[in-house]
Amino acid sequence: MTVPQASKVGLPLMNLVRFKGVPILKQLHLEERLLRTSSDNWCIVNDGTNAPTIVMGLSGKPSELLEVGSVLQDKVPVIKRFTGGGTVIVDPGTIFVTLICNRDSVPGVQPYPRSIMHWSGLLYNEVFEGFGDFRLHENDYVFGNRKFGGNAQSITRKRWIHHTSFLWDFEARNMAYLKLPQKAPEYRLARSHMEFVCRMKDYMTRSVFIDKTLKAMENHFSVRPVEVDVDASVHDAGFVHSTKVLMKHELEEALPISI
Amino acid sequence: MASRLWASRAASYLRISAFNRGFASVVKDFKYADSHEWVKVEGNTAVVGITDHAQDHLGDVVYVELPEVGAAVTQGGSFGAVESVKATSDINSPVSGKVVEVNEELNNSPGLVNASPYETGWIIKVEMSDNGELKSLMDSDHYSKFCEEEDASH
Repeated sequence: MTVPQASKVGLPLMNLVRFKGVPILKQLHLEERLLRTSSDNWCIVNDGTNAPTIVMGLSGKPSELLEVGSVLQDKVPVIKRFTGGGTVIVDPGTIFVTLICNRDSVPGVQPYPRSIMHWSGLLYNEVFEGFGDFRLHENDYVFGNRKFGGNAQSITRKRWIHHTSFLWDFEARNMAYLKLPQKAPEYRLARSHMEFVCRMKDYMTRSVFIDKTLKAMENHFSVRPVEVDVDASVHDAGFVHSTKVLMKHELEEALPISI
Repeated sequence: MASRLWASRAASYLRISAFNRGFASVVKDFKYADSHEWVKVEGNTAVVGITDHAQDHLGDVVYVELPEVGAAVTQGGSFGAVESVKATSDINSPVSGKVVEVNEELNNSPGLVNASPYETGWIIKVEMSDNGELKSLMDSDHYSKFCEEEDASH
């Protein structure tokens, strides 16, 4: 006699998509399309993106957030994404985990930023238990007082997305493209990037992190792997993306004026 | 005591219910959508913003994405967004029609949405295409109750 897994009964379905090395622009286009046009719950894991790319939030201003001269000189692509939040530089050492949920699928969570953020902190508590002094602190994921995961969200009438870029590893020199933001969390205490962030690789391997994350998802959702052609989504004619790559002239306009 | 009496009279004059068992304020003559936007009807024009309940739950608004003047809006459809606490949140139109004015002040002072959600924090003005849609919106008492129930269920 088989005993059904009681923990799975009644859990909302969640589609799981796993990528490796997908360009962050394609990932963001897919996410925005799924948020706006799908009625399913989704978890997307992208184990590293293919090339260093700067990603700003919806309201980000290059002149305030980037060392624009260096960015232009080194031809680093800059994307403005559809979610809020700050600026990151992502690369093959970044692991992305995205949750797209119907608000009714997570009934204890109100569709507002702090409520969703708090719930995500509880979820990742399950992932990082025993691996370090993990907590959600001023909307960042930290070990101790060092950030290793940045979060952003977008909330629609009936759905929300919470996505995270985890610094499993990073190139120190890439951090030099980012200015110290004016709006920084209090716990940053004016620390430079290198003193403020830490690498997840000092705590766990990539595969352990992804496995434990998926295990934590299974406590809240009935997870089923699905295949998605990320290239197909980019050409979906019925949907207008707000995520975009900034053009060279837009970055040039952000250069400081030399007198 | 005197200041509370003054505040109560001021609230009454402004038709704001401010002492509603400690919950967010509402304006008596406005209409409300279940996505927490309000409508002030001025003839055939609807002034639209987000409610005190919404701004309180959203946190400090740091950016408002406004539509273009002339854009079409449909009842229940999103027309813009606010950014707060690392999140962009859709703003949905309570009525259908055409955007005739946007509150440009919000470009420099997005915090008006928090500080004055029913007055200087208004977001768009819409020339309504169907006044009948107002019937499907809640009055202030109904909306207050709706907010209480929503908060209690979480």
